[in-house]
Amino acid sequence: MKRVLLFLPLLVALVLGVLLFSGIGKDPTKLDSALVGKAMPEFALEDLHQPEVQVSQQVFQGEPSLLNVWGTWCPSCRDEHADLMWLAKNEGVPIVGLNYKDQRAEAKAWLERLGDPYSASVYDPKGSLGFDLGVYGAPETFVIGADGTVLHRHVGVVNKQVWEETLRPILNQAGGQY
Amino acid sequence: MTIFKLFSRFAPAWVSALLIVLALPVHAVVRDVYNFDTEEKQQRYQVMITELRCPKCQNQNIADSNSPISEDMRDEVYRMMTGGASDVEIMDSLVGRFGEFIRYKPLVEKRTLLLWATPAISVLGGLLIVGGIVLRSRRTNEIDSELSAEERARVEKIMDGHNGKSDSQA
Repeated sequence: MKRVLLFLPLLVALVLGVLLFSGIGKDPTKLDSALVGKAMPEFALEDLHQPEVQVSQQVFQGEPSLLNVWGTWCPSCRDEHADLMWLAKNEGVPIVGLNYKDQRAEAKAWLERLGDPYSASVYDPKGSLGFDLGVYGAPETFVIGADGTVLHRHVGVVNKQVWEETLRPILNQAGGQY
Repeated sequence: MTIFKLFSRFAPAWVSALLIVLALPVHAVVRDVYNFDTEEKQQRYQVMITELRCPKCQNQNIADSNSPISEDMRDEVYRMMTGGASDVEIMDSLVGRFGEFIRYKPLVEKRTLLLWATPAISVLGGLLIVGGIVLRSRRTNEIDSELSAEERARVEKIMDGHNGKSDSQA
């Protein structure tokens, strides 16, 4: 019986090892969204291109879509832009852009220069909708269901791999066909 | 000896001195621009912002952090507090947006039970080990004192004989 006790440290080390090893490779900066499964927060913000037009959460109704949070101040947003263009053009995914804490003129110039992948663009200079969405950086991309429910949040750039492995399956499950 | 040589001779000391200076903690000073009508509210606000974790910086509270999101969160705490919201309401509204992660003191629930129990488990484990060691040493002492008179005589005889032998050898 006492001999068995000798193996106790080994056992503890093994259990700890497994526990700690399971944490390796996980990105600690990726937080789960508190909003997943909840309705898109209500908002009323100006359209980026037409200040007189108000955009609300209604923009997500009808079909599953992506909500991409971006700003001209964000280098990673520049990285993912080509992939967003590809997604909108080749795959026909509706992407709502949320221009986050940015200048309207700069944002419009950026879209004119690099192309506009967004089916609708919300202008959020103070970051109020971003705050309600729990956005703490950019880029972030949300998958929104046809009824306006937040289905998934992706922190970081969207590229082809993220699209194939994560976003596409969730969109398809929500009734999209991509 | 040139100055350079003198310097290089003491280079390790210089480098370590430099490292020590660099390693001194740097505290971000966040100016308080928020004014409350009562001292009590001011204190509530201070406690609140030290108990909220910045979601961007991972291990800083929003009182210490200069990141834009922390600024927004401080604004929101101020806005809600001056609007008459209670601490719980403010906490819930922020956790509803950013998740449980931003609580420095997680709620006691099924998922966090192990986290809360860890200190108690470690203390208990330590006590068990110490207790075990004490018990064992006490038992060995008892065995030592359990020599009968006959055994003791034999031990003495052996020891004497051994001593005698070694003496004669020397």
